[in-house]
Amino acid sequence: MAIEYLGLSQIQGPLVILEGVENAFFDEIVEITVAGNEKKMGRIIEIYEDKAVIQVFESTESMSLKNTSSRLTGHPMEIPLSSDILGRTFNGIGQPIDHLGPIHAEVSRDINGLPLNPVTREYPRNYIRTGISAIDGLTTLIRGQKLPIFSGNGLPHDRLAAQIVKQASLGEDSDEKFAIVFAAMGVKYDVAEYFRNTFEESGVSDHVVMYLNLANDPVVERLITPKAALTAAEYLAFEKNMHILVVLTDMTSFAEAMREVSSSKGEIPSRKGYPGYLYSELATVYERAGLVRGVNGSVTQIPILTMPNDDITHPIPDLTGYITEGQIVLDRTMHGQGIYPPINVLPSLSRLMKDGIGEGYTREDHQAVANQLFSCYAAVGDARALASVIGEDELSALDKQYLKFGQAFEERFVGQGEEENRTILETLDLGWELLRMIPRQELDRIDTKLLDQYYDRK
Amino acid sequence: MNNTGVIYGINGPVVYLKGNTGFKMHEMVYVGPEKLVGEVINLTKDTTTVQVYEETSGLRPGETAQATGDAISVTLGPGILTNIFDGIERPLNEIAARSGKYITRGVSVDALNTEKKWSTHITVKPGDTIFGGAIIAEVQETPAILHKSMVPPNVSGVVKSVAEDGDYTITDTIVTLTGKDGQDIPLKLAQKWPIRMPRPTAEREPGNRPLVTGQRILDTMFPIAKGGTAAIPGGFGTGKTMTQHQIAKWSDADIIIYIGCGERGNEMTQVLEEFSELVDPKTGNPLMDRTALIANTSNMPVAAREASIYTGVTLAEYYRDMGYDVAIMADSTSRWAEALRELSGRLEEMPAEEGFPAYLASRLAVFYERAGLMKNLNGTEGSVSMIGAVSPQGGDFSEPVTQNTKRFVRCFWGLDKSLAYARHFPAIHWLTSYSEYIGDLASWYNENVDEHFVEYRSRILAILNQESSLMEIVKLIGSDVLPDDQKLTLEIARVIRLGFLQQNAFHAEDTCVPLKKQFLMMDIILYLQERAKELVVKGMPMSVLKESNIFDRIVSIKYDVANNELEKFKEYRQAIDEFYQQVLEKNG
Repeated sequence: MAIEYLGLSQIQGPLVILEGVENAFFDEIVEITVAGNEKKMGRIIEIYEDKAVIQVFESTESMSLKNTSSRLTGHPMEIPLSSDILGRTFNGIGQPIDHLGPIHAEVSRDINGLPLNPVTREYPRNYIRTGISAIDGLTTLIRGQKLPIFSGNGLPHDRLAAQIVKQASLGEDSDEKFAIVFAAMGVKYDVAEYFRNTFEESGVSDHVVMYLNLANDPVVERLITPKAALTAAEYLAFEKNMHILVVLTDMTSFAEAMREVSSSKGEIPSRKGYPGYLYSELATVYERAGLVRGVNGSVTQIPILTMPNDDITHPIPDLTGYITEGQIVLDRTMHGQGIYPPINVLPSLSRLMKDGIGEGYTREDHQAVANQLFSCYAAVGDARALASVIGEDELSALDKQYLKFGQAFEERFVGQGEEENRTILETLDLGWELLRMIPRQELDRIDTKLLDQYYDRK
Repeated sequence: MNNTGVIYGINGPVVYLKGNTGFKMHEMVYVGPEKLVGEVINLTKDTTTVQVYEETSGLRPGETAQATGDAISVTLGPGILTNIFDGIERPLNEIAARSGKYITRGVSVDALNTEKKWSTHITVKPGDTIFGGAIIAEVQETPAILHKSMVPPNVSGVVKSVAEDGDYTITDTIVTLTGKDGQDIPLKLAQKWPIRMPRPTAEREPGNRPLVTGQRILDTMFPIAKGGTAAIPGGFGTGKTMTQHQIAKWSDADIIIYIGCGERGNEMTQVLEEFSELVDPKTGNPLMDRTALIANTSNMPVAAREASIYTGVTLAEYYRDMGYDVAIMADSTSRWAEALRELSGRLEEMPAEEGFPAYLASRLAVFYERAGLMKNLNGTEGSVSMIGAVSPQGGDFSEPVTQNTKRFVRCFWGLDKSLAYARHFPAIHWLTSYSEYIGDLASWYNENVDEHFVEYRSRILAILNQESSLMEIVKLIGSDVLPDDQKLTLEIARVIRLGFLQQNAFHAEDTCVPLKKQFLMMDIILYLQERAKELVVKGMPMSVLKESNIFDRIVSIKYDVANNELEKFKEYRQAIDEFYQQVLEKNG
């Protein structure tokens, strides 16, 4: 029934141009058969009268202007969904690659999704215990939040993400339906394998959906991967009432792919060659997290991104930070000192933390302890800077106390074992223990009442 | 019959129509069978370019676009307050009622409820000659706000007939005018106005009273006048949104228009929830009663993001015309500038700095110039104050949006990363921030708060400046080697930073502080400095002075003295005197 168009008029990198098409629409999926046997998919990204610019998934290798035939599918990019996707593995554009056969779709969903109406959102308030002090205590993760890990190459962001997934899934409300959606964009095979093993070891692998686009997979597919994963996550959360933790790694590859495609389209670049719509595109990914009024499920996102050259002002981490609700920043110096997880708490932040902690959620002193730890640790930085100029011996007694506190804070509070799962009360008590190393009158962020109650108590 | 055009090209939110369509610039058009809302942004003999305010996925070449004859405009009338709209004034509650949790495309809903009947009091009578801007009817829109319906600015005539006081919808004719040419002009509770055109006023007046926000660093250090403009630039996590929320909650404006432009969905939800629960200290009504929200979150269509700030400022001007003081929070103007950049890129325009279009500066200027304290056409006085957040890339203030904004605003509240890292909030840095209004407002402060207000403010700022130069030395050689009078300066600066500049938004008393208390806090800090200085001059070392807890007691005044028990400050004055005596007795 559908018309087959023979040949193409131009091939340029991942983009091909098809002329003479009728009735095609913007964002439509095109099926391209190469040399009679190999099937590829593409998406119309620009259209002028009968001329369509198609972005080909997989690669344009072996395609010529003559050996192809193209067919319009009549629908935008969709993926099949049902509860059976749990435990399955897909490629970057949502096709099963685990040899378990196709998905018997209950529904097919457009991967672009639709923006959640702000009035139907519910403000996230329930915290997720990760068992990691630096996160639970200082940058608390809230259900429905998007909290990225800003990392660099060679830093243990994968181990940290895996630990969060493992320990969060084994939290106290494990009776609720919980699942993980994992999307890999341009990561090494080893990384994907590491996550797969971790999921298996912790016994959650039948609650994991994986979308894998590895480093040697086609670049263009990378643009689809996070959207496919989030479509699955939204389906499971808002239609199957499950609590979904989405791990997206590595968002830097996603942005790089966007730049690559944009430049082959001949678009005008803005910052560092990235297209002007980088912010909007990142936002359409990150904003697909949250809670919906009247629905039991939730989508929580932990995107991982490697900052090029550890530069937090690079456009990718920079724009990400403006969209996500905080960030967890890993630090190379701390990693060098053997501290795991090497979280630099000062630039780390959780915006939703303030409403999900305190009395009724964690403990009434949580916010105050966190503020005081931040403030004292900032003072440690000043003391260290001074010590590097005048030598540690010349420091005042107070500054010396700060130095000691700083070391203890990094080693005992931030540092912990990869298998160590601390309760929130352990974390807070540890915080107090460290604060007692500082004279009481220096603690200016804590109410006198709380100080009376906790500071003097041993 | 309106013009129609045929689509021939689609590139994201930009749609090209073939040939000379006869469309007008900035005319609103309906694109495709789903009637997606769009606006004409470019015309040539061969092409009409339309930016579409909705997702264009699914559009086909060959489909038609229909012009509406009007520029893209908003409906102004009762029902705006307490509501939440998208970037082109479509009510999100209505959209949710029709299409569920997601925002679908081509939803055609009225901006304001056309069925709700408002209890209306007509204020004109037949025979009156009335001009544009004249108030014709009053409606209690919310318990806090009396809505005054006006003659559209470009209309005038003699009242021919009026309806009786009673319940009317916004589409009922309540007053009929006879125009200049003798034709009948029906007037309703609501009117339309194009978003890109400022509503006319009689004249602009100089700002002479502050927008009181209850935030010490703003009110005392860097105040904004009613009708003024301010920018809050800061990297992510430095507290732009938090500062805007605080001003929206506690400022003494009559109306707040909060524009969430390309920001997070959860933030809008938070404003909705919080503002419905919080009570306005002045009127005792929920804060939402004086607030309207425009939410165009980062994942909503980019073209509507560009329009959202114009929609917001038009709503604000409408309430200003009624004689109210309106404050606009625009969070964030950088997202708006990026929307401009994105659309400009799609149009393949020649980029200027950092890929932003060359007209960025002029667009910013036009936006900020719509603020002001105005004498309205109907003789009332109202103001639109604008507070725009700026999200500079990498927190670097030298980028084009921050720099161009700085040219057009008179208040600059620079947020600082290192303060935010140390959780010093609000993280507005006292050395980089400035307010050009302080001169204009000095007489107001001196008359209404205290005659020493401006003088004390300067003294506090001077101490902070001294601290900053002393810190240069301390960073190199430590504070122990400083002479005692400089140590005292550092200690007093610490008291100012912790006790005065830091303000806890989550503390019931500290979240909003009246001007009187702000003044008394300055007074007590300066008194402490005076007495301590006398001691130092007498040869008392700082180590002795610091044995007393008086410095820390002054720091916690913000928590320990409630906003309504200001007489307690006397006790602190006594405590300082006692401290003075004690030090002298012990060590004298």
